[in-house]
Amino acid sequence: MSDNTINIKMNGVAVQCGLEDTILTASKKAGIRIPTLCHDDRLEPYGGCRLCIVEVNGGMRPLPACTTPVAEGMEIRTETEDVRKIRKSVIALLLSNHPNDCMRCESTGDCTLQDLSYEYEVDGSQYEGEKCELPVRDDNPFITFEPTKCILCGRCVRICNEVVMAGTIDFNGRGFDTIPDTAFGKPRSLDNCEFCGQCVSTCPTGALTDKKARGKGRAHEMKKVRTTCSYCGTGCNFDLNVKDGEVVKVTSAYDAPVNHGNLCVKGRYGYDFIHSDERITTPLIKKGNKYIEATWDEALEYCARRFSDIIKKHGKETVGGFSSSRCSNEENFLLSKFVRTVFKTNNVDNCARV
Amino acid sequence: MASKNNTDIKSLVIRVCVGTGGLAAGSQEVIDEFTKLLKKKGVRAEVLKKCVNKTGCRGFCAKDVLADVIVDGISHTYQLLTAENVARIVEEHIVGGEPVEQWLVGPEYHAFHDKQTKILLHECGHIDPEDINAYTEIGGYNGARKALTMKPENIIAQIKDSGLRGRGGAGFPTGLKWEFCRNADSDQKYIICNADEGDPGAFMDRSIIEGNPHSVIEGMIISGYAIGASFGYIYIRAEYPLAIERLKIALSEARSNGFLGKGIFNSDFDFELKIKEGAGAFICGEETALIASIEGKRGMPRSKPPFPAHKGLLGKPTVINNVETLATLPSIMTKGAKWFSSIGTEKSKGTKVFALTGKIKNTGLIEVPMGISLKEIIYDIGGGMEKKNRTLKAVQTGGPSGGCIPAANIDMPVDYESLAAAGSMMGSGGMVVMDDLTCMVDMSKFFLTFTANESCGKCVPCRVGTKRMLEILTRITEGKGKSSDIDLLLELGKDIKLASLCGLGQSAPNPVLSTLHYFRDEYEAHINEGICPAGVCKSLRRYTVSDEACKMCGKCKTVCPSDAVTWEKKQKAVISKEKCIKCGACYEACPFNAIL
Ligand SMILES: Cc1cc2nc3c(=O)[nH]c(=O)nc-3n(C[C@H](O)[C@H](O)[C@H](O)COP(=O)(O)O)c2cc1C
Ligand code: SF4
Ligand code: SF4
Ligand code: SF4
Repeated sequence: MSDNTINIKMNGVAVQCGLEDTILTASKKAGIRIPTLCHDDRLEPYGGCRLCIVEVNGGMRPLPACTTPVAEGMEIRTETEDVRKIRKSVIALLLSNHPNDCMRCESTGDCTLQDLSYEYEVDGSQYEGEKCELPVRDDNPFITFEPTKCILCGRCVRICNEVVMAGTIDFNGRGFDTIPDTAFGKPRSLDNCEFCGQCVSTCPTGALTDKKARGKGRAHEMKKVRTTCSYCGTGCNFDLNVKDGEVVKVTSAYDAPVNHGNLCVKGRYGYDFIHSDERITTPLIKKGNKYIEATWDEALEYCARRFSDIIKKHGKETVGGFSSSRCSNEENFLLSKFVRTVFKTNNVDNCARV
Repeated sequence: MASKNNTDIKSLVIRVCVGTGGLAAGSQEVIDEFTKLLKKKGVRAEVLKKCVNKTGCRGFCAKDVLADVIVDGISHTYQLLTAENVARIVEEHIVGGEPVEQWLVGPEYHAFHDKQTKILLHECGHIDPEDINAYTEIGGYNGARKALTMKPENIIAQIKDSGLRGRGGAGFPTGLKWEFCRNADSDQKYIICNADEGDPGAFMDRSIIEGNPHSVIEGMIISGYAIGASFGYIYIRAEYPLAIERLKIALSEARSNGFLGKGIFNSDFDFELKIKEGAGAFICGEETALIASIEGKRGMPRSKPPFPAHKGLLGKPTVINNVETLATLPSIMTKGAKWFSSIGTEKSKGTKVFALTGKIKNTGLIEVPMGISLKEIIYDIGGGMEKKNRTLKAVQTGGPSGGCIPAANIDMPVDYESLAAAGSMMGSGGMVVMDDLTCMVDMSKFFLTFTANESCGKCVPCRVGTKRMLEILTRITEGKGKSSDIDLLLELGKDIKLASLCGLGQSAPNPVLSTLHYFRDEYEAHINEGICPAGVCKSLRRYTVSDEACKMCGKCKTVCPSDAVTWEKKQKAVISKEKCIKCGACYEACPFNAIL
């Protein structure tokens, strides 16, 4: 046994973990599923939803798997009757303050709360009492917030503060009246919000949804097409959600090597151009004051002729290549190669310089 | 010497209590009046400054303003003073040599103090909290001075030997906590004084700081040196302006005396302290929430482990100790571990300060040795029930998340283990005495209202669970309880305790669970019979007119807003059950107490 290995047992199975492992990360290594609501791999462990509680050998109380570090010799049981009972109780409490109107919810079929109440066979009938009645917040172009559906998992708040570092939202209020909101409940606007939609991406319920996609289709109707963002050279991946040939929204690809599901406003919400009437789909050649549609052959032919003429008349130093940071490294390389070998000049640059 | 017309001020000392309670009762006016009148008598200003002293709270706040007048070394204590009383005291007592008998404290003042053991509060009632010399003259800062000559390990060993346990609630052994922090490897460590004191009705920590702020600073120097922290914070709620003011004065005096700053007490140990004001959230008293608050974040607890002793403020090893814990340290350093551990029980050492309130004659702040019985506190110190014809029903200890102990158990000793075994806890030292007119369901509802409101909202069982429990209690007190409600409360209470993240949620159901344990019949009476046995729950009251007592005046009819009273001249009134909205207006209005 090396110094950096910790040996534990989970549901009777021996698991080797590292010093940094929590019970939750160890469970993933062991292929054991522990339910969570407030956990997102992109965020610091939180321990708020209490669904991931497990029994640890002889402890007085069950412990949250997401925040508890593993320790040598731990014996963990993830599915005892007692912990299942507490999970049920937690879900029942959540549903006691929830509209429980999945039929009309934007997120039906894509909601962890819905899945867990199905799995644990709990409905919202156990407790009666006050429910959150705050109105829907629709006061910005991209994000719809339905406070009645919020389970206070804090994922939106944490992603906005820990990952985006925008600090747009935090919890307001205390106790039952706690709610994630902007300072003084102002609308999300360009003054205070990046509109990156990271909060929407992490919300496990229908509380935060993409406004532009509302009513445009259910999760199961969407064909997900993995693509690379065309806005910059970082190379973020995401899934275009396509229904009936139309891109309805963008969802995060958590397994993307570059961005792990994170996106900025352009990648997440800048897809309108795809179906825009104003989108340029053929090359245009300027004649007089007018741009005339042309074929690619015509356009390339025209460019080659004009470059040759200019070089012949004024010399090779009068031309150059300027490429865009929306291009990939490979594309940028190709342009510089072309300019150096065909134009025979070193006049190459890129907009990323500025 | 204090003969007629003799104003020999060398033999005169006047001590006036200037805690928040004293000031509210007018102690500043009393001081001003003494100063004014004595000046008139020709006492020089600098002598006056010495003979009229401010002191901190001495606990018996019900009798404020309290003042000692010490002539020729003979002390007389006056109670319930106002500025108007001062002239007569000056004339008759100070000048004339005859104390004003009718304003002197009575036997209950002495009874209140006799069974107490005052270690922490002793100086509070005697020295001027705004003068460092008053503290050093009675040996103040000798504990810190001594500690700085010792090896930190030996200080920790001494605190461990003393058996001191944290006074902030959980009762964790102080020496052990320090050892964890001392052994943690780090370039920077912190000591934090927890003066958030959020329990409703609690004012132990406030009184210590107001009465003897230097004892807390000295305690922090000792603990800071022991764990290897060169910096400390005092986290105190902004609602304690007087305590903050006195702390500021004390810090600057300590600094100019070389007790804070670089190389304190001429050693090579640097130590600095900073006050951090909290906005008064109960949850910010929880140590991890307190740390978040100091860091500028929303005060919400986080899971432990890691414990603050390993990863605390700004990720650095940190010890958080309660005010009372810290203020105890100087005397342990000077008098020794043995002395301290000789007080108290086997596992609970020393003394504990309680805020004694409720239906008891002598309310106030008391300090008692661990292991004293509840009975001694209530009947000897507290003077028994407030009203003669009432009987003791229960005592709530441990603040809003403590439990209640029924009258039958009052012979039990007050220590960490016994209170926990009885389903309650020591907590930070709240003690509420209840008489037979207290409804236990209503009482639980009161405490749960507090904890539900103060829940930080982070975790589901506490945030939603306490709310649901509160709703169930509310409907029981309104006569709408269901037969399944008791089981639901028990189940939910258990789940909240087990599954909540921090101490608030883990203990919030205690008042409900402990009253369900000891007073289940009261819950059942509410639910099954629609009766509140103590007559507290308004909705369950049935207003009826007593045929014998009714004098046919008709007052009740005139005040009833719901037209529920039928009355004609020369006829007895009758209240319609159907129309009555239970507002109680008739009950209040009847001059003959004929409405029951
Ligand atoms: C909800 C809650 C509120 C608390 N409030 C206080 C407080 O006001 N003062 C305090 O000293 N400790 C308070 N505590 C206990 C602290 O978390 C911590 O245990 C204590 O300050 C440690 O000091 P000690 O070891 O000297 O007792 C509170 C704990 C909880 C769970
Ligand atoms: S859109 Fe981005 S910046 Fe705005 S609130 Fe959500 S996470 Fe924060
Ligand atoms: S809005 Fe969504 S992500 Fe944010 S706290 Fe509520 S449920 Fe969690
Ligand atoms: S138990 Fe209550 S106060 Fe503590 S973290 Fe949970 S919600 Fe917050």
